Amino acid sequence: MSVATEADAAPVKGAAPSQDVVWHHRHLLDVDVVTWPEIDLIMRTTDEMKGILARPIRKVPALNGRRVTTLFYEASTRTRVSFETAARNLSADVVSVATATSSVTKGESLVDTVRTLEALGAEILVMRHSVSGAPYLAAEIFGGHVLNGGDGWHAHPTQALLDLYTMRQHLPGGDLHGRKVAIVGDILHSRVARSNIWSLTAAGADLWLCGPATLLRGMDRWATAWGGGAVPGHGRFHVTSDVEAALRDADVVMALRIQRERMQGGLLPSLREYAARFGLNAERVSLAKPEAIVMHPGPMNEGVEIAPDVAISGRAVITEQVANGVAVRMALLYLLAGAHEAAHAGEAGR
Amino acid sequence: MTDRQIMTGDEIRRAIVRISHEIVEKQAGTQGLALVGIQRRGVPLARRIADAIEEHEGVRLPVGALDITFYRDDLSLVAQQPIVKGTDLPFDLNGATVVLVDDVLYTGRTIRCAMDALIDFGRPRAIRLAVLIDRGHRELPIRADHVGKNVPTSREEIVRVHVAEIDGGDEVTIARQVRTDEPAQAGHQ
Repeated sequence: MSVATEADAAPVKGAAPSQDVVWHHRHLLDVDVVTWPEIDLIMRTTDEMKGILARPIRKVPALNGRRVTTLFYEASTRTRVSFETAARNLSADVVSVATATSSVTKGESLVDTVRTLEALGAEILVMRHSVSGAPYLAAEIFGGHVLNGGDGWHAHPTQALLDLYTMRQHLPGGDLHGRKVAIVGDILHSRVARSNIWSLTAAGADLWLCGPATLLRGMDRWATAWGGGAVPGHGRFHVTSDVEAALRDADVVMALRIQRERMQGGLLPSLREYAARFGLNAERVSLAKPEAIVMHPGPMNEGVEIAPDVAISGRAVITEQVANGVAVRMALLYLLAGAHEAAHAGEAGR
Repeated sequence: MTDRQIMTGDEIRRAIVRISHEIVEKQAGTQGLALVGIQRRGVPLARRIADAIEEHEGVRLPVGALDITFYRDDLSLVAQQPIVKGTDLPFDLNGATVVLVDDVLYTGRTIRCAMDALIDFGRPRAIRLAVLIDRGHRELPIRADHVGKNVPTSREEIVRVHVAEIDGGDEVTIARQVRTDEPAQAGHQ
């Protein structure tokens, strides 16, 4: 509960006079449009939210009377509960729509559903959808704020931000510069990986993506483009199927779930084969630095992408990620709620 | 807009010393007292009051910092979400006599927020209020127990407290505002 400060004077990329940063995004659809000083503002606001979560009464009236609606077209436990807990901690009124029991089953379109929820009073819409880009469509027609809770293979910005926050907590000075981060698993279907590529390269991490070649499709081209300096503020990252090279001397090891529900077959010989060649077991994790942390965005397939003993080992910060998720989402709800009409005229999609 | 000085560094120092005596006198000692500065300029002022009390009583009172951002009643009115400065209350509030310290008392809304925030951390035996400047124009039934200087103002004027810890020097100035472009600032001095 201490005062949030940039403890380190380390050369964080783009480290501006961040105290002066103001939040101007109306929506948060991905981290690609968020600058490093803005990410830093989110991290500092998250520090304050952690302070609230450490109090005897975990509730402040910051969003008193504001209406937050969660609209999840895909199954979720932690993300939905995390958002709803975050909203309630800020005293917002929360409405939760599970599409399985809504008019969506009668064939209502996404646009109609969003318009209906707005007419019912929704001001902040937290949305998850299996189709990439769905929240962008919602943001075009919704009068309030849209927060992407995960869309298809595309983006999961709050997960990337809570991952970044958790890494900063464990790295000296909270600085990811030059720190090796290995993400191992089903990169192809992973919105978590895609959002993390944006935020971790912005943070200056030495990022390695690892998995079977079939689950890395398209990543090589992305990595090559950025290696050539295609996007300002985002550096190169590595793509490999050599799990030992990816894990060697890593500071952070992240396993990603093998997304069976999205697999069309033929990508993996079998889950056992995957576990044998890429699964994070104790032996492989020992290639990383002794103080390395092990992360997983959940839900886990224990025994597939991560061995049960690794998941509960002293290095695993998986439950910390979940707890930090509430604080990060509180910070984002708070910042978005403050972005007003005048401040973002004509800023659709940002 | 011209700034006119209404308190010098010396006058601020004397006001702090007087307030520190008043606080101890009202409590009949230092037992159970704690000081809580409201971010930002209330925090260095609270530390200075603690320094003064330590000098004449030989007792160091606990000093905390309170950020009231999340308790403001005008969040939907401000253009940008204010940046949070941090709360740090390194002592048990239950049963303590807490003296809130702020630089300027104006509408009283900041103090209401501060009391709401404080009560979320525990149940103080009493909450008191010390301010360097009371400029009037209260919108809530709140008054200060200890005041450095009463300054009659109009709503168009801006009172600025400068403290060495943040602004590089000590003084209080008053200026006439050209136009009201920052309603949130005005309402929360």
